[in-house]
Amino acid sequence: MSPTSMGKFWRKPLDFDKLDIPHGELHIIKERCKGCGFCVEYCPLDVLELSTEFNSKGYHPPFVAKENTCVFCGLCEMLCPEFAIFVTEKKSASGGKEKKEKQEVNKVES
Amino acid sequence: MKADPKGVLTGEHYLDGDHACSEGALAAGCRFLAGYPITPSTEVAERVAERFPYVGGIFIQMEDEMASMAAVIGAAWGGVKSMTVTSGPGFSLMMENIGLAAMMEAPCVVINVQRGGPSTGLPTLPGQADMMQARWGSHGDYEIIALSPNSPQECFEVVIKAFNLSEKYRVPVLVMADECVGHMTEKVVIPKAEEIELYPRRYTKLPPSEYLPFKPGPDMIPEMVKAGDGYKIHITGLTHDQKGYPVMNWETQEKLVRRLVDKIRLHADELVDIEEIEMKDAEVVIFSYGISSRVSIPALQKARKEGIKVGLLRPIIVWPFPEKKIRELASKVKALVVVEMNYGQMFYEVERCAGGKAKTLLVPHGGGWVHDPEDILKAIKEALK
Amino acid sequence: MKATEIMEPPVTEEMDHPMENILRMDRIPHIWCSTCGIGTALTSFAEALKKITTPLEKVCVVSGIGCSGRSAGYIKLDSFHSTHGRAIPFATGLKLANPELKVVVISGDGDIVGIGGNHLIHAARRNMDILVLCINNFVYAMTGGQVAATTPLTANTSTSPYGNFEQPFSLPHLAASCGAVYVARWTCLHVRRLARSIEEAMNKKGFSFIEIIAPCSTIYARRNRLGTGLDLMKFYHDNSVIKHGADTRELDIEFQKKIIVGKFIDRERPTFLDAYNDWMKQKLKDKFVPHGGPQC
Repeated sequence: MSPTSMGKFWRKPLDFDKLDIPHGELHIIKERCKGCGFCVEYCPLDVLELSTEFNSKGYHPPFVAKENTCVFCGLCEMLCPEFAIFVTEKKSASGGKEKKEKQEVNKVES
Repeated sequence: MKADPKGVLTGEHYLDGDHACSEGALAAGCRFLAGYPITPSTEVAERVAERFPYVGGIFIQMEDEMASMAAVIGAAWGGVKSMTVTSGPGFSLMMENIGLAAMMEAPCVVINVQRGGPSTGLPTLPGQADMMQARWGSHGDYEIIALSPNSPQECFEVVIKAFNLSEKYRVPVLVMADECVGHMTEKVVIPKAEEIELYPRRYTKLPPSEYLPFKPGPDMIPEMVKAGDGYKIHITGLTHDQKGYPVMNWETQEKLVRRLVDKIRLHADELVDIEEIEMKDAEVVIFSYGISSRVSIPALQKARKEGIKVGLLRPIIVWPFPEKKIRELASKVKALVVVEMNYGQMFYEVERCAGGKAKTLLVPHGGGWVHDPEDILKAIKEALK
Repeated sequence: MKATEIMEPPVTEEMDHPMENILRMDRIPHIWCSTCGIGTALTSFAEALKKITTPLEKVCVVSGIGCSGRSAGYIKLDSFHSTHGRAIPFATGLKLANPELKVVVISGDGDIVGIGGNHLIHAARRNMDILVLCINNFVYAMTGGQVAATTPLTANTSTSPYGNFEQPFSLPHLAASCGAVYVARWTCLHVRRLARSIEEAMNKKGFSFIEIIAPCSTIYARRNRLGTGLDLMKFYHDNSVIKHGADTRELDIEFQKKIIVGKFIDRERPTFLDAYNDWMKQKLKDKFVPHGGPQC
């Protein structure tokens, strides 16, 4: 739940402060990509975009356009027909996942 | 290895050829039959359907012959000895999958109880006109082994031989019987289980990391595995390399198809099984198989009475064709008289191998009845002119 | 409360794709076109394989001929690539020979419903314990895009160059009326629901049939001016309606109209082998010897 999507909720959830937002690390196997664009189209947070570089087959593989936005939903990994992209989970330094900042929460209108 | 006594109906029986085939299959360890009813072969499946629940086999009547053959190959890869039975029209339908069995090197047995053809023909009457189709029926280059019994006792023995050959050479083996032998009832002596020798399936002892599904052994035949053992094989009908992966180029085709053909052709000397009657001093040799060979015997006896030196050469393994034997014979005898229930099929093989050294005559028959021994006698006399 | 810093996990240079353990990596990249949906169908299959109860050595894949039929060649299980239309009887033979195997048929609509139609209806009738994944792209794609038994009315294909005038099959209806115990339809876009469906079907005994609607970019989409496979996926997104348990008589697919997806049938019926064993035990009592699996 990023600050931008808070607009979808009509009130702030009661456990909002304790939320663990997973973070994902994207691994793109550029040489396997055939530039279909499924991952770009269906990433719920628009993390990916097709790059302008070419792989050796002449396709444009995706790249991570929005750093640190991936929430490890895994949809790109499941949609990719070429097995060319997958996500691993990024763990935080304290061992847990990132906790939501109170300031960010207060910024948003419910 | 010896036969499983559960499947061996030891004793003296009065069986017809079809039923003798069923008993032969059970004795050989066949535990899967997928078939489709077609006269005159249905009785084989009927008896097996009755007997399998007592010996632990599975019979399934499939929706058509193509499904039957596909199921037979699937079962071979599942780890059982499998077979199907059919006649002319069904044989034609099975051709694509016989080619698949040859390509996948799946051991299996197909019994064709031949009937009058072509097309629907004479469903209840004999014919021997599928002989060339047995050899060349499916598209592409491949080799199979085919046997031809001429009595119910031999039906029993030939089916066991067929299973053994299919395991040894990893090839589909065809039993080319005919309606007459199939529906003829004679004494069949089934020996004890420990007297029946079976060739075990050539399973590999290599671990999955080293095993290659189509790497030939020194006799050009690869070792086999079955599905479910963790080998994670890929078996395809496409031209493939030793790993089993499809590779679409001429080098792989050459390597693979040449081996499929050579594994039989280069073992042709071991694949000779013939019966010779009164051949020592023969000047004319009757070449015949199946029911036609039985009919040739009275002609032979009559000719001998008249002083003609006739012998009978009867191949039990008809494919690969006993070329060497015919070539040898052709230089020794005056004529070869081919008696078969068709308008010339094995005749052309005999003629080819005789190479002009001996006269070759065909005594044809359209099928539907057996030859008249008088016609055979006439041909023998004609041959000596 | 400050956001704690995100620590970078030690990333190895070459990390393997998590599905590589069931792929024949020496044959990847595969032959399917860019924006083809078959690869996506296979990721759902791979995902389902992680959760089934059968050990993977006992799972076999059989496929026929065609684009979808190439699937067997890329999956690292005991896989068999048989002749056109005969994947289902091949799977039948495999299953009956060794009932411990879990056999999955992955093939295309032309292969399973066209030439293989007879085998489909009989295997469903007999309730053979196999799972059939029918990847439906509405044409015979591998051979150049000919009309199939599933091509929607008015669609343009290479053998219906003026538009298809034949009524197509409704595959869930066909499978259900022949007696399949689990019938579902999903598009390639419904990756997670499809994976769950496959997992359910694999853990279930009996004949299961899942139709997977896949985009065919090079042929179906191009010939009908529907864009690329991605445009077809967007079409599925906007036009597929999930209706679990819908009446199978109302599942026809019209050209570029609503597609109803979901799980339609989930019932119990004795499988072929169970029926055989029970029947024979009843008839032959102690003398019955059930088929004991691989015997040579």
